[in-house]
This record gives sequence, C-alpha cells and structure tokens, in this order.
Amino acid sequence: MALRNTMMNFSSRAIHTSAICNQIIKLTRLRVVDNSDIGKQAMVEGKPPKCIHIYNKIGVGYIGDKVLVAIKGEKKKGILVGLKQNQKTKVPKFDSNNIVLIDDSGTPLGTRIHVPIPHILRTILKNKTHAKGADYTKLIAIATRFV
Amino acid sequence: MHGALKMSAAVGRVLSQQMRQSLKVLKSLAGKKNRCFSASVPIPKEGSVSNNEQKSVNRGKSADPLECRFMYPEFLPDPKPEYRNSLREKLERADMMARRSKIDIPEFYVGSILAVTVSDPHAPGKSNRFVGICIKRSGCGLRANFILRNVVDNQGVEVLYELYDPTIQKIDCLRLEKRLDNELLYLRDAPEEYSTFSFDMEPEIIPEGTPVPVNDLKVTLKPQPWLEKWERKDLKGVRDIVVNQKREMKAKAALKPWEKYDLMKIYRETIPEEEQKEIFAEVYSDLHNLEITRQKMKRQRTFIRPKKSG
Repeated sequence: MALRNTMMNFSSRAIHTSAICNQIIKLTRLRVVDNSDIGKQAMVEGKPPKCIHIYNKIGVGYIGDKVLVAIKGEKKKGILVGLKQNQKTKVPKFDSNNIVLIDDSGTPLGTRIHVPIPHILRTILKNKTHAKGADYTKLIAIATRFV
Repeated sequence: MHGALKMSAAVGRVLSQQMRQSLKVLKSLAGKKNRCFSASVPIPKEGSVSNNEQKSVNRGKSADPLECRFMYPEFLPDPKPEYRNSLREKLERADMMARRSKIDIPEFYVGSILAVTVSDPHAPGKSNRFVGICIKRSGCGLRANFILRNVVDNQGVEVLYELYDPTIQKIDCLRLEKRLDNELLYLRDAPEEYSTFSFDMEPEIIPEGTPVPVNDLKVTLKPQPWLEKWERKDLKGVRDIVVNQKREMKAKAALKPWEKYDLMKIYRETIPEEEQKEIFAEVYSDLHNLEITRQKMKRQRTFIRPKKSG
C-alpha cells in the first residue's frame, strides 16, 4: 500500500497541475457561434476549428482580436467574441471560446450570431476599424443580443 | 484545564463560516468542559451552530453587531497581518459608508439572485443591466466583489462586479436566499437549468422579520471532465459525486482532517471578536439608519405602485 502510494505520488509529480489560464494560443479549439454554413457544419460534425494564427504581436488572443482558424480543411479568419478566460470587472466571461467567421474585408460569413455578445466589443471593434482597412462593425450589426 | 483555557480563547474569537464548523468539532471534543465556555466568554448562540443550519439575521429588525459579519462581510479586513493597516481600514470604511449613503446596496448572500445596473459607455443606452445568481463573494473593504452567473441563449455568462464601483447605478436583490455552500462555482459544471434566470424577473418580497431562507437544492453535476476537483471540496449542494477509484484515492490522500483542530490556523484566518465589535460599532449606527430609510422607501414604493387589474 505504502509502495503504491509513493508510486502514485511520483507519477502525479511528473505533470504539473497549476490552474489553466484559458488563453487563446495556436491550436486552441474554438466555437463558431454564427450561422455560416461552414461553421455550422464543422460544429455539428464535432470538429471545432483550431486557431492557427493570432493577428497581434503577443501571440495570445484577447477579446476582439482577429484569428486565423483551420476549419474543415480551409483557412478562415474570425473575431474572438467571447472568452473563457477571467476578464476585467464588468466584462462578461463566457463558458466557451466563441468566434464569428469573417472574410478579408471584415464582413461576417453568417447572417446571425446566436449567443450574447459583450457590449465592450462595440468599442473594441470600432477602434480596430480604419477607413481603408477592414470594417469589423458589420459583425455588431448581426448580433442578436448583448450582455 | 489548560486545554480548556486554550479552547475558550479560541471560542472568544468570532470565526468565519468555515472555521465555525471546525469549532463545532472542538466543542464536542471539549464535552464536559462546556461550562468553561459560558463562564469565560459570552458567545451568541448563532456562533456555535454549524455552517448550514446557522440561524440567520432577522430581516427588517436591526441586526446584532456581531451578526453584521454575515450581512456585511466586506467590512472585515483581510486577516493577513502584512495587509493590516488600521488607518487605511478606517478610511476605507468611511469611503464605503459614503458610497452606501449614495446607493442602496442590499443585503445579499451567495445564492441570491441579483440585478445590477451599471453605467456602460459601450452600451447604446449608456447603461447595462445584468441578472444572475451570485456564485462567489470575495475581497474586503473597497475591493469587495461578487460574481453573477446566468445562462443567456444557452450560453453561460459570468460577470464580476465590484461592490463599491462608482459606475454601479443600482443593485437589486431579486430573490434573497442562501445555498448550502459558501461558493457556487460548481454551477459552471452543472446543467444549464440550475443557473438560468430570466432577465425580467420580478423581485420577490419576503415579509419583514423572517430569517433568510436557505435553499437546500442539490445539484447534479454534468459528467466529467470538470473544471475543478469537486470531489475534494466537501460540497453540500451537490448530489453524489462519482469519480473513478484513482481520483477517489487521491482525494483521500489530499484530505487534511487535522486542519480543523489547528487553533493557530483559525487564529491566523479570522479577525478577533473584540476587533469585529470595534469595527461594527463604528459603522453600525450608520448602517442601521440606512436600513431604516431603505425600508421606508420600500413601503412607499409598494404604496405608490398598485397593480392594475384588467
């Protein structure tokens, strides 16, 4: 019994058990929350997209960041619209990491978002939109509910 | 006798909810020496009742200053000696009272359903309302905060609010009740129906003078994987947690049954009764006045708004 206990302790020490920080990094699985065909299919098949690049200089995706995802063998861009990670006060934290798929010009691929979207995303996306670049604010227009 | 003295010294301190449970064990150990308790320190009856069946403060009536520690836990400072600073604590209390005179912060507990309205520069109407069940209360002083959880459109959402945040416009307690545990973080791993609350919920009125109801709802968790090792947390509000043998063994190995006898640990993690009395004596009259005005306002409101029929 004692031997078994020591064995168990030894084996459990080999892996670290610190709390996870739920960061969006490369190869993180995400959840598509719009009604685009490709997104819906991927979620129904149980093959959620993987993040393969984050368009910022940190390599960690935060709310409102643009990511490149691998979805059903294709590369698509998406905006992070809800994170599992602990957020600042008054910013909602979600039970899943949600993305909305967009194309290069910032237009969403779907026509509806069926989960609530944080209000702060309005400001974040407005700040990220430039006159000559992509227009991300179209995503706000297809949201059904804000929290 | 020496042991009894030590014991009564420990009882003299007013203990946090967790600690009080361990105290019960100590008391039962003390057995016949019970006389010592009454002789040395007059302790309120509530202090010795265990965690779950604790008698709550009578609503409406002015709470005993010692009972304030459940109603207003944020007035007690962090017991860590390196964080203590009597001047800062005093100033913070003054600031908290100043804030409380501007906005009505109701009595609530973990398990109560709250509606919080904040000024939000990002929202179109510049204000944002969120309804949810309070799953955690933490922090002390001006940094006191609480987490609300709700399921909106089948998506679990949690928001952390600071109690004394100046952007908060209104805090409503829609349903005042307690649950069996001090933290309801396990609702994250429970089915959605346990944390779904409608945003247009009407506030439930509890008659004055009744104790805060304890909801002894037992939750069934979703199958694993879980976010935390719930089998180790001794949860009362969760129905039969089943884990495999290895996890069970590990949970057993991680048990610390001696901690409840650790008087020094209790001493370090609590604020002494004398200090609590001092703190609440300072704010008690103000809190009491605020409560009276709140009740008056409530009565007025109920009088002004009669329900239309037909």
